[in-house]
Amino acid sequence: MSARRPYMRPMDGWWRRNPFFIRYMIREATAVLVVAYVTVLLFGVIRLAQGESAYDAWLASLRSPWSLAFHIVLLANFVYHTWSWFQIMPKTMPMIVIRGKRLQPAVITAAGLLAAAVASVGLLLLTLGIGS
Amino acid sequence: MNETRKVIAIEVLRYRPELDDKPFFQTYQVPFAEEMSVLQGLLYIKDELDGTLSFRWSCRMAICGSCGAMIDGVPKLGCHTFLRDYYPNKVRVEPLAHFPIERDLVVGADDFIGKLERIKPYIVPKEPRTLAEGEYLQTPAQLERILQFSSCINCMLCYAACPQYGLDPAFIGPGVLALLHRYNADSRDAARAERMELVNAEEGVWSCTAVGYCSEVCPKGVDPANAVNQNKTTSAVDYFVNLVRPKGAGR
Repeated sequence: MSARRPYMRPMDGWWRRNPFFIRYMIREATAVLVVAYVTVLLFGVIRLAQGESAYDAWLASLRSPWSLAFHIVLLANFVYHTWSWFQIMPKTMPMIVIRGKRLQPAVITAAGLLAAAVASVGLLLLTLGIGS
Repeated sequence: MNETRKVIAIEVLRYRPELDDKPFFQTYQVPFAEEMSVLQGLLYIKDELDGTLSFRWSCRMAICGSCGAMIDGVPKLGCHTFLRDYYPNKVRVEPLAHFPIERDLVVGADDFIGKLERIKPYIVPKEPRTLAEGEYLQTPAQLERILQFSSCINCMLCYAACPQYGLDPAFIGPGVLALLHRYNADSRDAARAERMELVNAEEGVWSCTAVGYCSEVCPKGVDPANAVNQNKTTSAVDYFVNLVRPKGAGR
């Protein structure tokens, strides 16, 4: 008879055991607010289709204090989401070799963050240009 | 020896299957020198304090992959971690997470070994070749594609770092998938189609949620998370190629 009696430890609360896992859970959770913002924008498109007065009412509702507070939360969420997204990006890509040297993960992350920053500023300027 | 030695408390998770219903912590006071590793601390306990303590070890120089343990909750090689970095606090040593404890710090590796065998961790040549035909040649660029992933020492730290493996032990897991990639990416290998079936399966790369901690704890810089996640793309391409390709072709 085998004397083996393997003991399995429980996984309860696994994500609280390590700060790395907590950051991972926050990263995954930011996706929920990304969906929330997509819903806000999608609702705007629906209101636009319903005519000018419906669209203006939607725009006015965005200016309410609750909506502004919500958008500040969304902005913070998107900054973290973007940062964590580009942190993991090098892990999802095949090796890139340029002139015999492997492109370092930090370069890929920095390039992604720079692209996101340029796109955000560009979009902001474009919007301000249309608005004025 | 005149030098007064420092003493560190090492707290070890013990489990003796014939005596204990569940594991418990036992603390040992271990005198240590600046250059002593956690593994040497355990060896001191075994030799001087308590001969019943069980743990695996062999090379003492981070190449055999035997002495992996949770050291203060982080998967590390005992021989590659120094007691001085924990002093004056105590250091807690537990068996690798997510594996069944057989005894004290010894975990059951049967699941890992079984998975390792399944991926054919060896080069399957494209065509049989005689000795007279010489060796298989590879360019430095072709070697670069596999070199990092071939550094795996099967220490299983990445499995102890992977919550997805802990939650679902059917997941092939980071280390074995990295080795699978190492052989699939090898210019001399011809078993890619067979291995892709394992990559594409639910318990293949798609069980990974890119936590990324496996790469963080790897003592050999293998970056298993990279191997697994770039194969999600490969797997998706493979899926669409198989859709348009007649059945049985390309085998």
